[in-house]
Amino acid sequence: MSKNYFEILRPGINSTFQDLGRFNQHHIGIPMSGAMDKRNYMIGNKLVGNNNNISAIEFAYQGPLLKLQSTKVIAAVTGNVNFKILRANSKIEEGECYETFELNDGDQIDIISTNKSVYGYFFINGGFEIESFWKSFSINTTAQIGPNDGTKFRLNQKLFIYNKEIKFQKKKIEYLNSKIEFIRVLKGTNFNYFSEEGTNNLFSKEFTVSKLTDRMGMRIEGPKIENIVETNIKSEGLIKGVIQVPGDGNPIIMLSDYGTVGGYPKIAVVISADHDRLTQLTPGSKIKFKLVELNEAENLYKLYEIETKNILNQIR
Amino acid sequence: MLKNISNLGDSALYCDFGNEINKETNSYVIRYFKNLQKLNLKGITNLTPSYNKLIISYDLSIINFQDIKKKIKDLKLKEKETKEAKIIKIPICLDEEFSLDLNRLSKKLKIEKDNIIQSFLNKEYFCYMTGFIAGMPFLGDTRENIRLNRLETPRVKVPKGSIGITEQFCNIYTYESPGGWNIIGNTPVKIFDKSNQENPALINPGDRVIFYRISKQEYQKYNE
Repeated sequence: MSKNYFEILRPGINSTFQDLGRFNQHHIGIPMSGAMDKRNYMIGNKLVGNNNNISAIEFAYQGPLLKLQSTKVIAAVTGNVNFKILRANSKIEEGECYETFELNDGDQIDIISTNKSVYGYFFINGGFEIESFWKSFSINTTAQIGPNDGTKFRLNQKLFIYNKEIKFQKKKIEYLNSKIEFIRVLKGTNFNYFSEEGTNNLFSKEFTVSKLTDRMGMRIEGPKIENIVETNIKSEGLIKGVIQVPGDGNPIIMLSDYGTVGGYPKIAVVISADHDRLTQLTPGSKIKFKLVELNEAENLYKLYEIETKNILNQIR
Repeated sequence: MLKNISNLGDSALYCDFGNEINKETNSYVIRYFKNLQKLNLKGITNLTPSYNKLIISYDLSIINFQDIKKKIKDLKLKEKETKEAKIIKIPICLDEEFSLDLNRLSKKLKIEKDNIIQSFLNKEYFCYMTGFIAGMPFLGDTRENIRLNRLETPRVKVPKGSIGITEQFCNIYTYESPGGWNIIGNTPVKIFDKSNQENPALINPGDRVIFYRISKQEYQKYNE
């Protein structure tokens, strides 16, 4: 272990290490996990000079309060986040997202809250000294898999870091997290299990994100969606974005820590281009769904990728 | 056989092997799964075999539906593996403390508890799939006389190691988890070992499983 670390003075609500996720382990029951908002993950790593294999700290609503015990590190925060930097000499600075800053020995970063969004990210150059599980640093707290024994951060823990001591150079981009009017979906494999009224409701009525929402899934409330065939199917594979409707008629959208198989009918699947913005919806948010075709979804993803590349290319 | 290929969202292929659930259908699913696993095609991010379906997830920035569908359609399966299926023996303690739903089963099925236990033990099971939670094996088929639906209200916490039955299937809870299966006993064996990243799951699709009864004393001493 290096002597360089952050001490956790407040863990935050759900602070974990995340990267781009865990691949090719569905067959033993391990989901992808990984950063809920991939674009913000990639932007932050680029800012501090990391590649995407280096994990970040992901936090939800309230982030951690961390004290650095190390020589200088280069750090950044992405998302829509309020944070402060408490310098060792007692000076307090307002934090700015999407720009790099230096932290020195004894400095603290106080990640107060995410603003009208759920997830934010904290990055440091060189990353954290943690072990990978199935080639990923992502923590899945439900299955207790990943570094930190697969658990979220706790008070007084030490997060050891690799400190590369590179020369500080200010990097900054202008970036606004865009709002989304519609969540676009494709028909699910059991679309025909639902009444016409039920599917019409899905595409015409407003739904509300429920409090029962976490990294595993998002429950939404609205008009009940009536099943006219069978409320259980034989368990089969799930992926992020699948909308299952159990017998009670209230849809559940699978998010990054989903169970790998499930037995409720799938009415629709959220397109990949909308995953980042979907995961940032706070409980109480209103959402509307819009049906698109497969080729449209593929084109929208290409667009999403080009946009992401253009943002990343601004960082030099 | 592979009957139909459609899409599950914009980044997964939904391969349907038919509606029936039996070893023959499932063995095709597993053959496709194992062949694809060996091929390691570029862009595939996950393979999810289940009773009668195989879901192939892919990275939309590398490959799209039409391309990957063609690859799967043109896939030439290698000959069946001649290797004998692995038989795994799992100890189970059926003490009252662990057999949480044996009374319910006995009442609903109108069969003596001992007969349920005998019907359950005296059988070789087949692993159809692993999933839901890490390493959880879905085994089948149970004898017809002990088949029952899941609980109307699922338990919030099913203890780790619990062995549950529902319909023609049986599973083992590798972690404490919510669940609605009828719990008949508990095993002290570690079914999923995350410290063994090469082979974390003790029971894999296609394996065969036999349960044998142990006493509570043997259960307690098992991990000493």
